[in-house]
Amino acid sequence: MASLSVPASGRGLLRRPTANTGFWSWFTTVDHKKIGILYGMSAFVFFIIGGLEALLIRAQLYQPDGTLLNADQYNQIFTMHGITMIFLFVMPMSAAFFNYMIPLQIGARDVAFPRLNAYSFWVFLLGGLFLYSSPFLGGAPNGGWFGYAPNSTTDPSIGMTFYAIGLLITGIASTVGAVNLAVTVVNMRAPGMTLFRMPPFVWMGLVVQFLLVFSLPIITIALFQLLFDRRWDTAFFDPTRGGEPILWQHLFWLFGHPEVYILILPAFGIISEILPVFSRKPLFGYQFVVFSGIAIGFIGFGVWAHHMFAAGLGPVANTAFGITTAIIAIPTGIKIFNWMGTMYGGDIRFASPMLYAVGAVAMFVIGGLSGVTHAIVPSDYQQTDTYYIVAHFHYVIFGGAVFGIFAGLFYWWPKVFGRKLGEASGKVQFWLLLVGFNLAFGPMHILGLQGMIRREYTYPETLGLTFWNQMSTVGAFLIALSVLMFMVNAVRTQLKARGETIEDPWDARTLEWLTSSPPPAHNFDEIPTVHALDEFWHRKYVEDERTGRLVPAQAGASDESEPPHGGGHGSIHLPGPSYWPLVSGLGLPIMGYGVLYSWWLIGLGAVVVLVGFYGWALEPSVAEE
Amino acid sequence: MADLAISPEHGAAGAQDEHATSTGLPNTKIAMWVFLASECMLFGALISTYVLYRGSSQTGPYPDDVFDIPYTSVSSFVLLASSLTMVLALASAQKHDVARMRLWLLTTAMLGLTFVGGQVYEFTLFYDEGLSITTNLFGTTFYVLTGFHGVHVTVGILMLLSLVSFSAADRLPHDAAFPVEMVGLYWHFVDIVWIVIFTVVYLIPTPSPAPA
Amino acid sequence: MSEIESRFEEELGARDMPDPREAQAPHHEHPSAKEYIRIGVILAVLTALEVATYYVDVGGALVPTLIGLSVVKFALVVMWFMHLKFDSPTYARFFMMGLAGAATLYLVVLIIFGIFPVE
Repeated sequence: MASLSVPASGRGLLRRPTANTGFWSWFTTVDHKKIGILYGMSAFVFFIIGGLEALLIRAQLYQPDGTLLNADQYNQIFTMHGITMIFLFVMPMSAAFFNYMIPLQIGARDVAFPRLNAYSFWVFLLGGLFLYSSPFLGGAPNGGWFGYAPNSTTDPSIGMTFYAIGLLITGIASTVGAVNLAVTVVNMRAPGMTLFRMPPFVWMGLVVQFLLVFSLPIITIALFQLLFDRRWDTAFFDPTRGGEPILWQHLFWLFGHPEVYILILPAFGIISEILPVFSRKPLFGYQFVVFSGIAIGFIGFGVWAHHMFAAGLGPVANTAFGITTAIIAIPTGIKIFNWMGTMYGGDIRFASPMLYAVGAVAMFVIGGLSGVTHAIVPSDYQQTDTYYIVAHFHYVIFGGAVFGIFAGLFYWWPKVFGRKLGEASGKVQFWLLLVGFNLAFGPMHILGLQGMIRREYTYPETLGLTFWNQMSTVGAFLIALSVLMFMVNAVRTQLKARGETIEDPWDARTLEWLTSSPPPAHNFDEIPTVHALDEFWHRKYVEDERTGRLVPAQAGASDESEPPHGGGHGSIHLPGPSYWPLVSGLGLPIMGYGVLYSWWLIGLGAVVVLVGFYGWALEPSVAEE
Repeated sequence: MADLAISPEHGAAGAQDEHATSTGLPNTKIAMWVFLASECMLFGALISTYVLYRGSSQTGPYPDDVFDIPYTSVSSFVLLASSLTMVLALASAQKHDVARMRLWLLTTAMLGLTFVGGQVYEFTLFYDEGLSITTNLFGTTFYVLTGFHGVHVTVGILMLLSLVSFSAADRLPHDAAFPVEMVGLYWHFVDIVWIVIFTVVYLIPTPSPAPA
Repeated sequence: MSEIESRFEEELGARDMPDPREAQAPHHEHPSAKEYIRIGVILAVLTALEVATYYVDVGGALVPTLIGLSVVKFALVVMWFMHLKFDSPTYARFFMMGLAGAATLYLVVLIIFGIFPVE
């Protein structure tokens, strides 16, 4: 038997916990569903914080010569806004969806390495908390989320050291999680679920994990180099000793560009799930959606220097990257057409998930169009470092990924919690968000072309930028209102009496809907055997031979006809809860503070890590009676 | 929540007899190879930083001033030998010869320790000759690259010693060859990184700037 | 299933969802201890050759020779000691993604920096 776990007998360092319910069980859970909820809740809290930072930015920029924030405060706020939204909101929220849904969609009972899964979550949370301790300990990161050297290496405040360490910690979480999910998808699919019978969300998830696995090491080294330059005066980016600041840009964007596909592909997956369900049609061109996702991932590693067109790489490099950047628009375009093809001729219901999904596609197209204009190098010379770029990436990240996230929240809320979010409120909230979002970011295209520069804490009256800035600020507050509405919707939904649970409220197509809502700890009573793409749909409906229309399948026809599979005999085996992922995780921020303050803390943190890992390795698989 | 028996197989990882994996391959082994693939990206960044800055140091000491190729060659032989003993440890584990397995694992760890010790000593010599991590680009890139490698070796040594002590305490699973194989993959990887470093950093000469 | 899909399935070995017991059984050849030692000796010899370049002047052939020797050593350790030659191609594919990816990307960065006389 190929296993790393120790025999069932023997005592670990601590008694293995057994509780699967109750407040404390959340700290020791290894259940992918609970971990998904933990990721989701934490990510949403960071979304609020990042949103408040955005409101501060917009309030400051409402008028010329604004005095709400001084330059130094502004730098910290916009830096933390970027770091929070990217690393502490979108990525963990995607992790929430992947963690909860991927095992269910592939018919598995959990991910490949449940304790490692818990570890990923705790390390992410601790990394986020570490980053947010910085304003209380001397100053938040202030060099932009992209941390360009030599500004980042020489800034006298402590913020960028927090930046380097904090992102190293969250990077560990993402890398570990990526390996876990990649192995899960590759290796733990239900019988009969070949790769091309996987839901598109799972495919996009698989591509994202590989993007993470190959891009995170690059920024890891860049961050270490930054950290060493700041903390121990090394020469990596020091021009006075021959160092090349541009090296930072290369290493950062070698990670940073795949990163933006890491941000958007989960939303593309969610959209690819929702459009077929709410059009009552299969995903048009499933193979094209899958292959284009793979292509985006692959080509995504070949475009990084389009963030550096104005950095002086020379015409050959610029041309090459301009070409690859133009090429990468193609697979995305293919997806757009496939999504449109899915809806065309479908029996469409515009419930909230569908509104958000369609909204995400539309907003992403706008962002993609501005993106294509950046691919043309001379045009980018005008656009770069202006608000035109800010408009572009908010259209794709907020318009694409965040709208996609809301779509996923509305779509899967009943799966996770057994109740639907309020539809009426959801619809109003969608339109409010759509209006507010476009009002906030649409004018930024104009502002950018009028010359408004990024990352500047204020602007003079004489530039004539005031009007659109004011519109943009109004839009930002409308967004805030919409998010508030969503939160009220969520709280009210959760507080009301459970009532009768509708297991399959959307009449969906994929396996996660085969089990109860919410699913039991073991996910499925019987692991399903898969015969087709959209397996769940095919169990519900068959095509009538005469009319060709869909009619309900014979009740109970396919479910029970399969012999029990896998661990179906007798009891179901699930991994028990564990303290060790949290304990080992705690060592990392301790080491982080050690880098800032004291070698002793580094040592202590390392000891905690080691104790955590040994406890983990020696933990009996079965809790003591 | 009543009857959820917790079985050994699910504790951490690995394919289970009763649960087929989609590829027929064990989870942990796939995970290890994916991890090693990501480590290629990690060391690639460090090595290419070194290569980028080769010859760009504005002050000495320069590589020629400090390198002792015969000394480092011995280190390299030691690390290579440790890969051999590692694979012999695995072979013993596969034959269920536990005593031999522990012996070879211990030998591998000792060779690894010799390597790391040799590196540390080498660093102190360089430092005495005026090469610190802040002196110049050579110092910065050299110590960070070899330092990262050394940390990886040290982690490997810890894992090897853990295997030996877990085995002695009868805490390894019955199929001890599997964790030995996993640690072995990691160990060999650390060795092949050194193969690259030895060539790129030590053997391929860096022209020293002409004296002013 | 289209041809491309079949190739994907084959490469990840999912086509027939094989019995894991078969994959674990050592029906594939394991090199014997003797063979491993032989590989070890070859590695030592190659290393000796590498070190020899420090003493023997090979002129312009130095860098290609050193690179060639280290590539061979790398391949020997990966294919024999890490058993990649005898294992499922799945592992090799994942590893090559990382190796080839790293080599390509960093080479491009170095080229952009003008480290090679081509530019």
